[in-house]
Amino acid sequence: MPQTLAQKIIAHAAGVETVAPGEIVTCNVDLAMIHDSGGPRRVQPILEKLGVDVWDPNKVVLISDHYVPAVDAESARILDLTRKFAAAQNLPNFYDMQGICHIVLPERGHLKPGMFVVGGDSHSPTGGAFGCFMFGIGATDMAGVLATGETWVRVPETIRIEVTGGLPLGVSAKDIMLALCARLGMDGGDYEVVEYIGDTIDALSMAERMTLCNMAAELGAQTGLIAGDETTAAFIRNAGADPGDITRWQNDADASVRESHVIDVAALGPQIAAPHSPANSGPVADTAGTKIDQAYIGACTGAKLVDLHMAAKVLKGRAVASGVRLLIAPASQKDMTAAAADGTLATLTEAGAIMMPSGCGACAGYGAGVLADNEVCIASTARNFKGRMGATTSDVYLGNPYSVAAAAVAGEIHDPREFLS
Amino acid sequence: MTAPGILAWAKVWAYGAEVDTDVLAPGLYMKSPLEEMARHCLETVDPDFVPNVRPGDIICAGRNFGMGSSREQAAQSLVFHGVAAVLAPSFGGIFYRNAINHGLMALVCADAPLISAGHHVSIDAVNGVVRDLDSDTEYACNPMPPHLLAMLANGGLVPHLEKRFSQKDTAWPSIR
Repeated sequence: MPQTLAQKIIAHAAGVETVAPGEIVTCNVDLAMIHDSGGPRRVQPILEKLGVDVWDPNKVVLISDHYVPAVDAESARILDLTRKFAAAQNLPNFYDMQGICHIVLPERGHLKPGMFVVGGDSHSPTGGAFGCFMFGIGATDMAGVLATGETWVRVPETIRIEVTGGLPLGVSAKDIMLALCARLGMDGGDYEVVEYIGDTIDALSMAERMTLCNMAAELGAQTGLIAGDETTAAFIRNAGADPGDITRWQNDADASVRESHVIDVAALGPQIAAPHSPANSGPVADTAGTKIDQAYIGACTGAKLVDLHMAAKVLKGRAVASGVRLLIAPASQKDMTAAAADGTLATLTEAGAIMMPSGCGACAGYGAGVLADNEVCIASTARNFKGRMGATTSDVYLGNPYSVAAAAVAGEIHDPREFLS
Repeated sequence: MTAPGILAWAKVWAYGAEVDTDVLAPGLYMKSPLEEMARHCLETVDPDFVPNVRPGDIICAGRNFGMGSSREQAAQSLVFHGVAAVLAPSFGGIFYRNAINHGLMALVCADAPLISAGHHVSIDAVNGVVRDLDSDTEYACNPMPPHLLAMLANGGLVPHLEKRFSQKDTAWPSIR
């Protein structure tokens, strides 16, 4: 039976030749990624109750990113507990305040094609950009994985999205995803696998591919997936790891998929999602003129080095409008360092951007930069659910980093292409 | 619950589609203990829920219930208030697993949005039948998969694992 890439990875993890969609199988987990919010503070009591330690410390990556740096006694306690757990469980891979988990994981060479990976965070599909089957689970599920090294899955079908055409000026992977959210809805992924193929994907950097897989979560998919190629292998080698056999982890040509969609990006412009759903997306003209109080470039979705470069293109030689604050939390320390080295950081701060620590920050309302009642924010993040970034009455718009920077300069939502040439 | 997957009489709270995890468990309270967080469950869409919900009540909602974050406090907050089941045409995939892991019945029911708030229903998750006792209408739902019914019967994943480790069994009892 011809197999999709997802089926091949799951079958391998389950120790069987093939699997069929709908089948429920138990898989051996190659890697488990946990963070400070859903990780140690929640799994430790369960492991203690069960009287077991982590099944294999070498297969666990722990990253502090949600409550960093501590802002109050409670977040300090959570981080302290996180560090003590890393020491007590002898975890060789603990990245403390080095950036957002979904970015740090591949940056440090932990992902390669064919792996079966679970992450204690809903944006874990990001790892699918590396040809892994990586999906998000809750803390109790994670405790089960840490105790046993196994978990169950229902073998998903594949929803194939062919992306074709060259990305126009001012348009990025984020716009592809906002357009897809509007077209397919927040449950268009139906907890299946969303797989991206096509000439646009072939030409995309790993960072942009990560954005596509990251927001498979917003389509309601179990995960996103992009089969590995030379771009993937080069990234992994550059991270100091061995990409393994890329050719082994591909779709069978005649594997059946549930549905196929084609999106031609040559005609796509910058997309903005209005409150309170990424599915409320449309061309920037629909929301242009909306006054903003805050612009936020951050999160696993929209603050990687490429995202900072996009913002810098708009902000070069311009200034943030008076009465507006532009907050930027780079996705990782490595990205922050690279942005400092290539002059991007100076461009951002000279324009008036306030730099924040690498971490999840304001995106989910955990860290600094949350919103007051009735405030309006435009963010490069993935979600704009009601009350997510702070006050229940605040409004969050989503856009690509060009659009967020353009809004910061104009003081209102504005077509970023006017600032690019 | 008289038997795993069976509810005899439960009052309905009805909500629309795409009730997300930020609404069920707001990020602002994620550092707080569950009892504090649960006080804010659903408050942005229904401030009357927390003061009036009673143990044994259930939620009937629209599609994609629990979409969004992996935070299992979304399910735990409902369990904290004694919610016995959530019925919806579809669920956020992570929420669905989290619910069962915490012993909360999550039932895929295409007609869940047709069931009115305040009505009383009976549920048979084993055979996939929901009955609105006030309007005397029967609705079909997807029977829960046996391995998840077993986990529900044990009270969730942790007691399920405790059983596994106490039996020194090397396999998941319900799956293999």
